[in-house]
Parts: sequence; C-alpha cells; structure tokens
Amino acid sequence: MNRHLRESLAIHLLRLVTYSIVGVVGYILFDIVRHGLPAINWAFLSEMPRRSGSEGGILPAIVGTLYLTLGTIAVALPVGIGTAIYLSEYASGNRLTETIRLAITTLAGVPSIVFGLFGLGLFVLFCKFGPSLLAGSLTLACMVLPTIIVTSEEALRAVPQSFRGASLALGATKWQAIRTSVLPFSFSGIITGAILGIGRAAGETAPILLTVAAFFLPSLPKSIFDQVMALPYHLYILATQHPDTDKVLPLQYGTAFVLLAMVLGLSLGAIIIRIHFRRKYKW
Amino acid sequence: MVRNQPTALEAAIAVTNLQFFYGASQALFDISLTIPVRQVTALIGPSGCGKSTFLRTLNRMNDIIDNARVEGEVLINNANIYGDKVDVVNLRKRVGMVFQKSNPFPKSIFENVAYGPRIHGIKDKGQLQEIVERSLQRAGLWEEVKDRLGNNAVGLSGGQQQRLCIARALAVQPEILLMDEPASALDPRSTARVEDLIGELKEDYTIVIVTHNMQQAARVSDWTAFFYEGRLVEFGKTTQVFTNPRKKQTEDYITGRFG
Repeated sequence: MNRHLRESLAIHLLRLVTYSIVGVVGYILFDIVRHGLPAINWAFLSEMPRRSGSEGGILPAIVGTLYLTLGTIAVALPVGIGTAIYLSEYASGNRLTETIRLAITTLAGVPSIVFGLFGLGLFVLFCKFGPSLLAGSLTLACMVLPTIIVTSEEALRAVPQSFRGASLALGATKWQAIRTSVLPFSFSGIITGAILGIGRAAGETAPILLTVAAFFLPSLPKSIFDQVMALPYHLYILATQHPDTDKVLPLQYGTAFVLLAMVLGLSLGAIIIRIHFRRKYKW
Repeated sequence: MVRNQPTALEAAIAVTNLQFFYGASQALFDISLTIPVRQVTALIGPSGCGKSTFLRTLNRMNDIIDNARVEGEVLINNANIYGDKVDVVNLRKRVGMVFQKSNPFPKSIFENVAYGPRIHGIKDKGQLQEIVERSLQRAGLWEEVKDRLGNNAVGLSGGQQQRLCIARALAVQPEILLMDEPASALDPRSTARVEDLIGELKEDYTIVIVTHNMQQAARVSDWTAFFYEGRLVEFGKTTQVFTNPRKKQTEDYITGRFG
C-alpha cells in the first residue's frame, strides 16, 4: 500500500468517525422530534398528570425540572466562581492547590448515582432537609461544580495579565483588580461553564432519584422543602413502570421532547447573555 | 560600589543597598542611588541587566511575583516603602506606572481614565468628568478624543493608547511616574509625541524611565543610570554619562560596542 493511498484512507476514516457522531445526534433529535412533536399540545404542557402519569399533562415535571435547574445554578455558580477565583488569582502553585485540583478532577469523575447517595446521606438525612427541592438542588450543584470551576478558571486565566497589572499599578487592591478588571472580561467564558452545567443538571436522573424526585405528585411545589416531579425521572417511570407501553409511548416521546426543548431554551438564554458580554468587552 | 548624590537637588527616591532575588537567583546587587525630584531619570543597559526589575521595586509591583524577595531600603518621602506598616495600595497611588505595551482596559476612554479615581472612592460624576478632562489634557490627548469619550479605548491607535495609559496614571495624582519602555512599541511620530510629553510632565512629576533607545535616553533625561548584570555601573548627569563616561563599560555600551 503506497503512501498516497494510506493518506486518503486516513482522511476518509477520520471523516467517517466525525460524521458518524453528527449522525447519531441527528438521529436522536429526528426521532424525538418526529414522535414527540405530535404529542405536544397545550393540555399536555399545562395539565396535571392523571392515573400515575399515563394520562393528562406533565406540568409538575416541567416546573420541577425548571426549579431544580435554577436552584442548582444558583448554588453552583457562586461557589464555582469563588473557587475558580481563589485557584486562579490567589492560590500559589503549591502542594495544597495541587491537592485541591486533584479533588476537583476526581469529583468530575464520580458516577452520578454516587452523588445521589451522597445527597441522600448528607442533605436528606443528616441535614434533615428530607427529599426536597433544596436537597436535590444541592446534590446536583455538587455534581456540576467541577465543570463550572474548570471552565471559570480557564476563563479567568484567559484575561490578559496586563489588565491585572494596570489595575494594581493604579493602586487597586487585589480584590478590586479582580472585581473590576478580571471578572467582567471573563463572564462570557464563565457562562459557557454555566451552560454545560444547566444541560447536565436538567437531564440527570440518578442524583434526583434519591433526593427530590417524586414518582407521581399532581401538584406544584410551594416551598424549597417540597418534593417535585422532574422530566428525566418521569421519563424513566413512563418507560419502565407502566404495563401499557403502547399507550404511554407518545407521552414518553412528548416528555423527552419537552426536556430537550427546555435544556435548549435555558442554554439559549445563557448564550444570549454570553453574546452580550462578548460584544461589550472586546479586546 | 557607586554612590552618586545629585547635589543640591531634593531627593524623590533614595535607594540604599537594594538587593533583589527571584527565588534563589539574585537579580539586583547592592543598588544605591538617589533619584532627584521633578527630573527625568533614565535607566539604561542591555536586556536582562535588571533595569526593569529595579523600576518595579520602586512601586512594589514585584510583590505579585511568587518567591520574589527584596533587601535594602527604598525611601520615598523619607519613609521606607519596604517597611512593616506600608500600605502598598497607597504607595502605588503615589507612584504611578506606564507599561511597555499599552494596556488600556476594553472599556470606554472615559472609563479608563476614571478607573483610578473610582477605585479610590470618587463617585461624583462631575468630579470624575473634571479629572478625566484634566488628565487627558495633561497627556495631550484631549483634543483628539473629547468628542468620543464613550468609544472603546481599544479602537485608538497605539500612540493614543499609550498616552491614554499615561492619562490614566495621572488621574490618581501620583508624585512619581515610572515608565517601562513606554515608546518601544510605537512608530517614530508617536514616540516623538510621548517624548515631548515626558518633557512637559517633569515640571510636575518625578519621572523614571527605562529605555533601550540610547538617543531617547539622551533626548529626554536629565540623569542616567547604567545597569549591567544586576549592578549599577554608573549614575550621573545625562550629559556627563553620554559625553564623558567615567566607566569603560558605560562607554562601550553607549557607543554600541556591546548590548
């Protein structure tokens, strides 16, 4: 086999594996839209479920997932950004910070069901929050923290060192320099981390299974100590717990479609904010 | 060891036996010199001779480097800036700095100049406007930008950006201005403007400028310090250093035989 042949073989092979990824994503989207869209109507989106989810709408699951995602971001973003600022701006490269980084990487590799058990042990039982929005959001926040820390730290490091120097040389304290001439310029990168976090938080089933999600709860939460239904868990229930699979299949697809649309919608919001910051601070 | 006291001139900065270390390696050896007030002092020498490091010891910008260590004394207004109770923030307010590469924030021209006063607590809009106008005028930039103060500073030319950085430094009303090769990235016309500006500013400010450009040192400075391998080789009146250097090394350097 000569070199030219091998060259073109390599190109085609690489192209094939790349396209196949797009193919898989495309097929999933196509399948969900094709079967899910016909199941969507106003009643499906705005009504309570009946007969353990085999009839009626999915309003409480939509609201539950929305609250869970927002709760997760509300907890994970400040903690994650704070950690990233400390690591990138204050901590020097010693053994302690190396250990912290190792811990963050390890945290990123922990299976989501382990987060669920951890949340059950710490938030539900030990802190006595019970199965609740609070416990679920905190558990999901732990899970998305590594993503947010790592992307935020990268975003902070991408801000030119000269901005910090300029600020310090004018007599800014370190915190003033970070707040006024580093953070604003790293927002677009930090928001990218938030987007990734949103996607994971909204879609995860295992961490909420043990900490918040209700099998069937035809009412909306009134406080952060209430249990909620959630789209991914509802989907799991529909797919595994109903004897009449033909009847609930359209509902499954509809739920999957709504979940997908919600993640996209939340991400789209974050992307719009990111574009705004990119426009505002260009250098 | 060289010890030169400009006679009969008030000292802005008095440095005594200054040593500087990056970790285990020593970058400055036993520097002693007195920088006179409201004069331009040029620091010259080949790359890596320690002149920029020395400049940065004067406003403690080296503090942000890990493992940096200073010994000796730097007196400004008769107080050692490496003393125990020194407020570094306050020091940097009094000793302003302009960097080699112009580094405006990607904000409006107005916000760049107002940045310093703002972090020092000035909130009054009218007062800020006054400071911005005065500083831009002092830096010779006002006429060029007065109609577009809201525009992003990144859109200015290189020379304008550097004058903006000078205006930004002036806005916090320093006594001393440190300039680290402020014109090295500029074209000849912009360089000439910055040099003229330095001549005007010395009426009110003590200026210490690092430069690679011999002609520039000769043109703008009253005093010249020649550094070589972390040591101060010669310090004296610029006219004397350039026409009648006392040390062979200085003569070799300024006549272009090395460095």
